[in-house]
Amino acid sequence: MSVAEKPERVDADFGATDAAPRNTRITVLEPKRGWVSLGLRELWERRELFYFLAWRDIKVRYKQTAVGAAWALIQPIATVAIFTILFGHFTKLPSPTPYVLLVFSGMLPWLLFTQSLTQSSLSLVLNAALVTKVYVPRLMIPLAATIPSLIDFLLGFVVFVSLMVWYGVVPTLAILTLPLLILLALATALSVGIWFAALNVAYRDVQYVIPFLVQIWFFVTPVAYSTQIIPGKWHLVFGLNPMTGVVQGFRWALLGKAANVGPLLALSVGLVLVLLVTGLAYFRRVEREFADRI
Amino acid sequence: MGEFAIRAEDLAKQYRVGQFEPYKALRDVMANAFTAPFRTLAHRGRRDATDGDKRIWALDGVSFEVSQGEILGVIGANGAGKTTLLKVLSRIVEPTRGRGLVAGRVGSLLEVGTGFHPELTGRDNVYLNGIILGMRRREIDAKFDQIVEFAGVERFIDTPVKRFSVGMQVRLAFSVAAHLQPEVLLVDEVLAVGDAQFQRKSLGRMEDVTKQGRTILFVSHNMTAIRKLCPRTILLAGGRVVMDGPTEQVLDHYLGSLEEEGGVGAVSGEALEEKATNHLWHPQPVFRARTVALRDATGAPRQSFQSDEEITVSVEYDVFETIANLELVLELYTEEGELLLRTELADAAAANDMYLTKPGRYSARCGLAPMTFGERRFYVTLYVIAQGTQHTHYERLLHFDVVFMGYNDNLSVHSRSAYFRPRFDWEVESADSDGTPS
Repeated sequence: MSVAEKPERVDADFGATDAAPRNTRITVLEPKRGWVSLGLRELWERRELFYFLAWRDIKVRYKQTAVGAAWALIQPIATVAIFTILFGHFTKLPSPTPYVLLVFSGMLPWLLFTQSLTQSSLSLVLNAALVTKVYVPRLMIPLAATIPSLIDFLLGFVVFVSLMVWYGVVPTLAILTLPLLILLALATALSVGIWFAALNVAYRDVQYVIPFLVQIWFFVTPVAYSTQIIPGKWHLVFGLNPMTGVVQGFRWALLGKAANVGPLLALSVGLVLVLLVTGLAYFRRVEREFADRI
Repeated sequence: MGEFAIRAEDLAKQYRVGQFEPYKALRDVMANAFTAPFRTLAHRGRRDATDGDKRIWALDGVSFEVSQGEILGVIGANGAGKTTLLKVLSRIVEPTRGRGLVAGRVGSLLEVGTGFHPELTGRDNVYLNGIILGMRRREIDAKFDQIVEFAGVERFIDTPVKRFSVGMQVRLAFSVAAHLQPEVLLVDEVLAVGDAQFQRKSLGRMEDVTKQGRTILFVSHNMTAIRKLCPRTILLAGGRVVMDGPTEQVLDHYLGSLEEEGGVGAVSGEALEEKATNHLWHPQPVFRARTVALRDATGAPRQSFQSDEEITVSVEYDVFETIANLELVLELYTEEGELLLRTELADAAAANDMYLTKPGRYSARCGLAPMTFGERRFYVTLYVIAQGTQHTHYERLLHFDVVFMGYNDNLSVHSRSAYFRPRFDWEVESADSDGTPS
């Protein structure tokens, strides 16, 4: 639905006989066909809603602080420990740095990605009342749902930094790009998440597909292994997974060691942009049916 | 005509019904895509019938205009399209046809406490809910104390709302909504919360809001509230505007239309005879009913009543010879034929006088107490029994509809499925010694 400024729109349609007050915004409610604008202006105007939805999820998640924070730490630590024992000690996968740092630097963006992806995919169904009982810009819901996993990420990051100190790894200047890489990880999650969020309203079994997809995705992303073990001719294929660029980017930023980061990142950014734009367009297109279907 | 706040032009909304399936399974869609070519060949032309893809128009060409500062009431039976209209005007659903224009910031209250989270404190929820309803953070900061005071939950504001009683939660949620200051407020029955005292306050608050020149569209089942708040009302039926005018006229028409639809409030003579099932153990009837009627306080036969009116069932009958113990029995049934209530002349003290009924013309009246019924349709069955000589049954002789009016300022109208909505005594006292809510 579009919002037009007075007086042009209304005067054009009705003449000036009984005009609405000057400077009042007229909301026009009418059926939309086909593709509609992304409504980014409206998102900006309601940005406080974004903060509050994210803040609500964070607050609820860490309500029982000890348990909430403990879970945020147990997951990466346990996974990293298992991989380190299996692949670092038993299999002895090739690694340019201590294997535990290799896994951990991959696990940080990976968990950020999967948590954000899962939360944004389920967000519309979990917040059904925000769709059926009130009008808010619907895009805000999956958007805000990607944020809370940042807290888990930060907690894991603290552990990672301690490990770096322990191993005496000194970061290079590349670490300054970390905020951008975090943003890219979130954008990747969002680009897939809005597709799933919208699909999940229409096809409710999409939510069962997500864990399966995440599992497969994990194995084709170089989280537990280095790209060294991938034969050269396969690099492009792996690069088509936007998370490959994200994970390699993180390694480069944190450990200063990773091959082909530039082209991989460029490919990731390009792919994420395509997914994001098509996802936004699809979301806006099916949005008008959300309240009827949820 | 002044400046408009809401303008609806031929608004229509279509829903799919029937084999209602709001969402599909992706696996079915994929399976269909795979098997469709084969199935279409096998059962060409049969798919439409099995899809159950019926459509109804929940709104079907609604046009009206509301001026700035006006309060418009919207009434109509269940399914008339009231809530759909609100959802369209609130942008929750998109119209299938037509166009609506709303001038200024819109606040819509389709439910109280949208987005409330039980784990969060009252304070957190006030902010969250306010932001969801479209308030700015600064606005909430400024009105926070008023909101909490209005709800009367100052002491518990930093307690998680899961510890609040339901009443407290609802009061807090309504209070947030009541401090929303949009130019146009769309309200669906949400006044029906809290106790009578809180509802009086809420109603007062709504009146204040309109004094500030804001526009309200108020959808309600509650005629008392409509009458009190709205000078003008539109009546919806079947997704169309049936009437638009001064509230009193529209309400009269609405109650009258229920009357017409149902038929009559009285049966007499031939028509009554036709309805009778007689069991005679005597060569001649010993009595004959002349008229059975449902009457209002003025004695006029009616078919629909407000819940705060007394409904008098009157039976006029002739007795031809002295009868020992003439018994009248009245029963109310649901539409499906389930017995709801039975009352007998013998229950009353006056029955003593009827022990021996001498020949003559009589009139018996049974008053069904006001404040008893919910908003439903009731079927009346009458038995007239002269023990051992004549039993006459009038099954489903008449029916009446009740429009639930709420209790004084108590606007609780969530009575739609209940047959009885009596006013009973309620008492609440704190069971905790420290007074914390639980």
